[in-house]
Amino acid sequence: MSLMKIFTNGFIKENPLFVLVLGTCPSLATTTSATNGLGMGLATTFVLGLSNLAIALTARHIPDKVRIPAFIVIIATLVTIVDLLMSAWVNSPGPNGEPSLYDQLGIFIPLIVVNCIVLGRAEAFASKNKPIASLLDGLGSGLGFTFALSLVGSIRELLGSGSVFGLNLLPAQSNILIFILAPGGFIVLGYVIALVNRLKRT
Amino acid sequence: MEYIMIIITAIFVNNILLSQFLGICPFIGVSNKISTSLGMSGAIMFVMTIATISTWLIYNYLLVPFGIEFMQTISFILVIAALVQMVEIILKKTSPALYQALGVYLPLITTNCAILGVALLVIQKDYDLIRSVVFSVSTSAGYALALIIFAGIREQFELAEIPQGLKGVPIALITAGILAMAFMGFAGLA
Repeated sequence: MSLMKIFTNGFIKENPLFVLVLGTCPSLATTTSATNGLGMGLATTFVLGLSNLAIALTARHIPDKVRIPAFIVIIATLVTIVDLLMSAWVNSPGPNGEPSLYDQLGIFIPLIVVNCIVLGRAEAFASKNKPIASLLDGLGSGLGFTFALSLVGSIRELLGSGSVFGLNLLPAQSNILIFILAPGGFIVLGYVIALVNRLKRT
Repeated sequence: MEYIMIIITAIFVNNILLSQFLGICPFIGVSNKISTSLGMSGAIMFVMTIATISTWLIYNYLLVPFGIEFMQTISFILVIAALVQMVEIILKKTSPALYQALGVYLPLITTNCAILGVALLVIQKDYDLIRSVVFSVSTSAGYALALIIFAGIREQFELAEIPQGLKGVPIALITAGILAMAFMGFAGLA
């Protein structure tokens, strides 16, 4: 498989959220706005790309029996790095006093550790392939996940607060608050996956 | 009184599945039948309580004295993974009947974000040990409640005519959305 194909495979054909339905917890919890979805997606992409690279480099030296705990330690280390970086860089409150991106994502940043996509790619791809291919596979899956989160986030933000990425598009009286609350997350994701299934069949 | 508030809030108002979005994977994947979701709930209740106690002790007596709180993600996930293995081995020896009932669900629990999530939430909320135990038991009871209700609804799907495109995951998510809406009615309780 060419490197380009590996990269696009994770993005479209095996999109982690829409096709494989992995990582549903963060994709429901952090998509209350497009910006939050994008932030969560990029944090996951960082971890996915680097964990795939690190695991591809070390997999030959790890005994098969302790492979999963070893992978988890590598992933947890990267997640801690992301957590510390985000608490340093995206931790200032917004202009209208809204909580910072770091506060809004909250415990879902450390929870990237248990995101099935990360361990899934490590086990299914990185442990058997070359470092560069693994890095691209991780980045492809991560960007696919980022795209999916941003899309769901945009829909929820548009319906719930009439804006996309903070840009006002609809008047305030047409806001349907339920879409930025918990039930809206389930319903929007359900319909988006149904739409993807429909498009795949044609 | 405060404990009662923690219990009601954790089970109904901030239900871990339907309003906190933790542990959705088994919710969508395993909850096809009431019997399997009972097994899963039992396993989760068991592991969540033990995991919360051990991570609380490690955080307060190991990480805080040495000033290495930033190690919490790594240490918690390792403790949980080791704990699940240990619980599996002990159950197999001491209580084969319970192992039979919970066995297949135990390995899945390591990557269940609800377990790590509750361990982190307890630290974030600054609970003492007793409050942490009350919180984790009632949170897992809320998880069990949502999982079993949802399984009951999904058993009916086999009889219903669902449009082709919505079959499987989409209809499950939309149903969960409606269930979450029903749970929002509890918001006035606390």
